[in-house]
Amino acid sequence: MKASIATNQTILVVGGGIGGMTAALEAAECGKQVILVEKNPTLGGRTALLYRYFPKMCHPTCGLEINLRRLKGNRRLRVLTQAEVTEVSGRNGDYTVKLKLSPRYVNENCTACGECALAVSGQMPNPYDYGLSQIKLAYLPHAMAYPQRYVLDPAIIGTADAEKANSACKYGAIDLAMKEETIELKVGSVIWATGWKPYDAAKIQPYGYDRFANVITSVEFERLADPHGPTGGKLLRPSDGAPAKNIAFIQCAGSRDENHLRHCSRICCMASLKQTQYVREAYGDDCKSTIYYIDIRAIDRFEDFYRKVQQDPTVGFVKSKVARIAQNENGSLILHGVDTEGYHRYATEHDLVVLAIGMEPEANGIKLPDDIVVDSSGFIEGSKDGGQFGAGAAASPTDVNRSVQSATAAALRAIQVVHKTAAVEVA
Amino acid sequence: MSAHNSQAVERYRNDFLREVEERVEEGQWVKMCMQCGVCAGSCPFGPHWQHSPQKLFMMIRAGKRQEVLSSDSMWMCTSCYNCVVRCPRQLPITHIMHGLASYAHRLGLAPKSQPTREFATMFWNNLAKKGRVNELKLTLALYFKDGLVSGIKTALGMQSIGLGMVKAKRLNPMEILGGHGLKDLKGFHAIIAKAREIEDKKKGLVS
Repeated sequence: MKASIATNQTILVVGGGIGGMTAALEAAECGKQVILVEKNPTLGGRTALLYRYFPKMCHPTCGLEINLRRLKGNRRLRVLTQAEVTEVSGRNGDYTVKLKLSPRYVNENCTACGECALAVSGQMPNPYDYGLSQIKLAYLPHAMAYPQRYVLDPAIIGTADAEKANSACKYGAIDLAMKEETIELKVGSVIWATGWKPYDAAKIQPYGYDRFANVITSVEFERLADPHGPTGGKLLRPSDGAPAKNIAFIQCAGSRDENHLRHCSRICCMASLKQTQYVREAYGDDCKSTIYYIDIRAIDRFEDFYRKVQQDPTVGFVKSKVARIAQNENGSLILHGVDTEGYHRYATEHDLVVLAIGMEPEANGIKLPDDIVVDSSGFIEGSKDGGQFGAGAAASPTDVNRSVQSATAAALRAIQVVHKTAAVEVA
Repeated sequence: MSAHNSQAVERYRNDFLREVEERVEEGQWVKMCMQCGVCAGSCPFGPHWQHSPQKLFMMIRAGKRQEVLSSDSMWMCTSCYNCVVRCPRQLPITHIMHGLASYAHRLGLAPKSQPTREFATMFWNNLAKKGRVNELKLTLALYFKDGLVSGIKTALGMQSIGLGMVKAKRLNPMEILGGHGLKDLKGFHAIIAKAREIEDKKKGLVS
């Protein structure tokens, strides 16, 4: 990557999830020069870790495939993975951006044959399974990874495993001498599509996420349902591997709560409604899903999906925010609370509890440029000088569909910024 | 019905929520409740009372004035604050419970033989007399509140504890003869009267 390629006509997109990919593609397909940076070794973000989308229940691989094809065919779009923005200076139309490029230790020769992963023995918790499985220190993040190249985790460097990986590679693709680099770019506009992260469930003390093995989050449940996931697509309890046929879904786990996230995360109601259908898919009529909710927020066309799920005899609804969870001897969980329809006290047992965990901006905890304005939850509104924009789940809690809409809007705003810059230069 | 109660009924008609907002401590928070039920499920006394905080808030909004003010549920609150720390809207539920109880008491609608109310009244009357709690008299009044026989029974049962406290100088038997108090009793009673006047004016309870 040469710094000279970028000019103040270039648009920088930070974050390579579905929002960032969309913003980058829309701008590039309008003829703009675009640089897409992603801090992880692969594009796809959290979307690639879902099993199915709501409401059509199709697989994310399909949408990602289309976007990756668009991306491979576009010469105006440059992708940098393992790249983090460390500094943005300058102003609207004329920014200087510093990027830190972390070493992949694998070059373009890689054919993704997987020999290096077979050769090494070191493992780590797999971040692409939210830590539910182990992955080798030489790994391909997931089947949809782009670039389709292996990565060596920095922990491997200096160990015998590094040499094993090196000698196992038939293509000379492993380069243990790679070093961290810092580069500077000139860009006209910046789109922050830094996405979201699940709220730290352990902070919701009464639900015992950190104490009870069978209390998991909705993103972890996606991995359980995924055939590429830690259980090969089987819905099994983490504590004993028994089939989880009686599952509770707790809504607003972290969201709409002044003690945790004060915003509504918007996706969780639909995500839980969708996940009840995973349970039905796995066990047919021989299962029970129960959704504990304050109110179901399934807006406009999603209402149809909600109605459909309501008709499913395996799905029950309890209008109540669960007060606390206790565990019994066999690892099952007892949910305590009072329902709002009749004020009945309940203590109900379930095999597995899925917390419909709230969305927190991924950018919480990283330092954004001083000029960036965020809302009271940390979602990015944009820069005061009007040259930088938030997009997708970085800007507000969004599902994939709305993230794509938001990203397209941000791409248009960024195009307007570089258009103005161009006009000034011509005059 | 007390004069205060008739005046309140006259003034607020069917708008009980507004009455609570204006006259009950922290009552302005009631409308913020989103009926999630966490307070009800978190209350350690939950199974033992009729109306959970969540239900009381809904009853207030529904204008169920008589049922709310004569309920004994808010008198059961032990101020453990479990509901307050868990409430997603950060309602000061404990304070609202005490506010409702004290308002119901002022209007004369609180349940007559509710033990918490009886003891609180006893404690206040004891304290307000001399500005200091006379522990001996308070204890005896509590023992004998349900009559002579049960009073003697309780007193005998607690005998060894009582004697131990006398020995350790934690309880003075001479307190039975009037007991200790503040130096400026007149001034103290004037302060209490003034405080009540200000409080009543704030709540519109001037008769």
